[in-house]
Amino acid sequence: MSKIKLTVNGRAVSADVEDRTLLVHLLRDHLNLTGTHVGCDTSQCGACVVHIDGRAVKSCTVLVGQANGSNVTTIEGLSKGDELHPMQAAFRDNHGLQCGYCTPGMIMSAVDIVHRYGGKLDEETVRHELEGNICRCTGYHNIVKSVLDGAGRMKVSQAAE
Amino acid sequence: MGVEGIGASVVRKEDRRFITGKGRYVDDIKLLGMTHAHFIRSPHAHAKVKNIDSSAAMKMPGVIGVLTGRQIVDDKIGNLICGWAITSKDGSPMKMGAWPAMAPETVRFVGQAVGVVIAESKNLAKDAAEAVVIDYEELPAVADIRSAIKPGAPQLHPEAPGNVVYDWALGDEAAVKEAFAKAANVVTLELTNNRLAPNAMEPRAAIAEYNEAEEHFTLYTTSQNPHVARLVLSAFYNIAPEHKLRVIAPDVGGGFGSKIFIYPEEMVALWASKKLGRPVKWNGDRTEAFLTDAHGRDHVSKAEMAFDKDNKILGLRVKTHANFGAYMSLFSSSVPTYLYATLLSGQYNIPAIYAEVMGVYTNTTPVDAYRGAGRPEASYLLERTMETAARQLKVDPAELRRKNFITQFPHQTPVIMAYDIGDFGASLDAAMKAIDYVGFAARKAKAKSEGKLRGIGLSCYIEACGIAPSKAVGSLGAGVGLWESAEIRVNPVGTIEVLTGSHSHGQGHETTFAQLIAERIGVPVSQVQIIHGDTDKVQFGMGTYGSRSLAVGGSAIIKAMEKVEAKAKKIAAHQLEASEDDIVIENGEFKVTGTDKSIALPMVALAAYTAHNLPDGMEPGLKETAFYDPTNFTFPGGAYICEVEVDPGTGKTSFVNFVAVDDFGRLINPMIVEGQVHGGLAQGIGQALLEGIAYDSNGQLVTASYMDYTMPRADDLPSFKLSHTTTLCPGNPLGVKGCGEAGAIGASAAVINAITDAIGNNKLEMPATPDRVWHAIHGNA
Repeated sequence: MSKIKLTVNGRAVSADVEDRTLLVHLLRDHLNLTGTHVGCDTSQCGACVVHIDGRAVKSCTVLVGQANGSNVTTIEGLSKGDELHPMQAAFRDNHGLQCGYCTPGMIMSAVDIVHRYGGKLDEETVRHELEGNICRCTGYHNIVKSVLDGAGRMKVSQAAE
Repeated sequence: MGVEGIGASVVRKEDRRFITGKGRYVDDIKLLGMTHAHFIRSPHAHAKVKNIDSSAAMKMPGVIGVLTGRQIVDDKIGNLICGWAITSKDGSPMKMGAWPAMAPETVRFVGQAVGVVIAESKNLAKDAAEAVVIDYEELPAVADIRSAIKPGAPQLHPEAPGNVVYDWALGDEAAVKEAFAKAANVVTLELTNNRLAPNAMEPRAAIAEYNEAEEHFTLYTTSQNPHVARLVLSAFYNIAPEHKLRVIAPDVGGGFGSKIFIYPEEMVALWASKKLGRPVKWNGDRTEAFLTDAHGRDHVSKAEMAFDKDNKILGLRVKTHANFGAYMSLFSSSVPTYLYATLLSGQYNIPAIYAEVMGVYTNTTPVDAYRGAGRPEASYLLERTMETAARQLKVDPAELRRKNFITQFPHQTPVIMAYDIGDFGASLDAAMKAIDYVGFAARKAKAKSEGKLRGIGLSCYIEACGIAPSKAVGSLGAGVGLWESAEIRVNPVGTIEVLTGSHSHGQGHETTFAQLIAERIGVPVSQVQIIHGDTDKVQFGMGTYGSRSLAVGGSAIIKAMEKVEAKAKKIAAHQLEASEDDIVIENGEFKVTGTDKSIALPMVALAAYTAHNLPDGMEPGLKETAFYDPTNFTFPGGAYICEVEVDPGTGKTSFVNFVAVDDFGRLINPMIVEGQVHGGLAQGIGQALLEGIAYDSNGQLVTASYMDYTMPRADDLPSFKLSHTTTLCPGNPLGVKGCGEAGAIGASAAVINAITDAIGNNKLEMPATPDRVWHAIHGNA
């Protein structure tokens, strides 16, 4: 057992967990942040993507010990109160989700893609960058639209700040 | 249409919870005192279970119990059932072996459960499962259709000699023989429809809780049809009578057919929760999904089509072998028969059809309905045959299709279906225009000059949706009726709750169904709540599959709404001292025509519940229910055209364009409809290019993870060009046909037709991987 301390969605949290516990299970089982999902057991599907210190990471690939002391943001921590993050709004407005299971991971990856590419995103780049997130419902058509739209909205909202 | 009524692309009401991480899937639920189950699964495709020693496991930390197949049989939990009876050509009923929820004696596929460990955590259950010692005696196994029907093949079930479940036929054999005798040309094609894993992104899960004082069970499960689950668990599996079993399917992360069925894991969770006196949760992982979720497709077929000298089709003869896996899953028997052979007429006038289907056991995961269920197999076979015919007869594939299109409706095919309406020429025209069909030859020549192989492929599909009327499917062997129910509660403040037996696991019912109400009575969709997925709330329902939610479930809502409106009008007329016949409903108001007198819906509702001033003899309240049973299937159809470019150096296929023109009748929410098509296309394209379940000859599943089974990813697919043509379905009050499966039904033939056109070799099987395509171009060098 290890005592883990980290910041999740701006809150300091600590937990006593088995050493083999993965970050995704700490979030889901100990912190009740069930928006982060598990869709596979080979780190392929991306349903569990969160941000660790600002970078998109598959939380099923991280032992809690590796995340000790880090700053984690999950889908639950993305919006500011009632105000949706621009990428969340873009997914809703472009019908970028159906069953919703892959959606949190998709949105967390999408935000990271926009951070890395800024305004230089095109369809081909988005499709390439989403290679680590699997969706079975949408055929990606509207996810790609959502990410491109969300990128534009994030630029506008940054400019406003 | 209003801004939120029929035809409006309203953004989905349900999305906020999903985009903020507040969805509530089964694995998100925790119950007080909940334990965790981990199944012990057979590593062998065929073996005797000689002994199970769980003594060491029972002593491990956190272990509450180890339960086995022997115990579940001793407790008289019923075997899994197949709910559609098929009769062979010789008049004999289908031949099935028993399928216990956990194997007491014999395992017949890799992954079949033989026992379960229940512990305080999932990890402790997994640790203890490692300590359970099972003594297996391996038996010879058979994994593919051709091997399974050979003389001397390993036998799975004594009840099914030769591994044959049934040998069934549909159509007029003599008429087909006659058609072939007078044919000017005969086209023959042999093909395989590859086995797929459905792969809903949410793995299956179940939580069972038993309340001893009430003798009552609650099951949270990843189901597309919670009432069907309750019915089957009660009537056949001896878990509990229906009034002592509540089934809840909360947010469900995709289904595609795989979550229709009642699986061993939820049966065991229910049984164990009572036996151990604690709630039991099982959440499957992805490898378990590959091993145990019912697979789809897996046909080997031969098609022969007879043409006259004018290239009119005279007859079609089809022989198909369908792989059922090791056991007959819930609706498996109907998939390669009544959901397949009945669609073999496609969009064409075919005077005579004869289809023979042999269903075969193998030592593989059970096979059942997967998006389209039988109809993709029919469409793939027919549309590849049409393309093959065009090439052999040296005519344009579009013209050959057009020449044979059905143009008069209603049209009775020789294989049961009576098409009510359609305009196949219109959708083909629109698709050809959208892809610039006439300009293709120039594009092909240009690509050739650049060393690339350009191809174009058509697919004109039809499907039968709704899977009803009940009387008709009953006469074909279905064990259930396939109607739908709805209940509408207008609350005293005028908000509206709609309880539906349909279930949404991504389809957006909470929005589309609310739009139906908004259209009729003029309240905003925000005032309408759609309730589904809980047998304690919803009276009954048959669930969601076969693209039936709107055509059947939506029609039930309309029927209930008509009753609500009739009563509300009476109340309004009474309040306004007017004649009931003069009341019209506009924008949430009940108005007296030709006057300025009106009363708003909330006042009518309040009057209904205060009951201070109702017409004489009227019951208080404003709540109505309806059951709707369709008069026919619905027949969505369309034309898909795919243009590809193949790199002859690598065999890799790239999409140049993919055009889909569908006729779904009236569209309620076009945005949602298009999303359904996108997803279906991705699954059809996935089947054509990427996906394929593979077993080795011993029945080991070699594609049991996303490292091995190729799921379509964002960079494998193009953006799609969609449009619609419209003929309104005359069979239901909404004029709708259903859109959930079309993409998966029509896409795969378009892709393969395009690739075979590009490479000039018609001999190509799915998935058309670069390796296969390269060899099709260059031979086996």
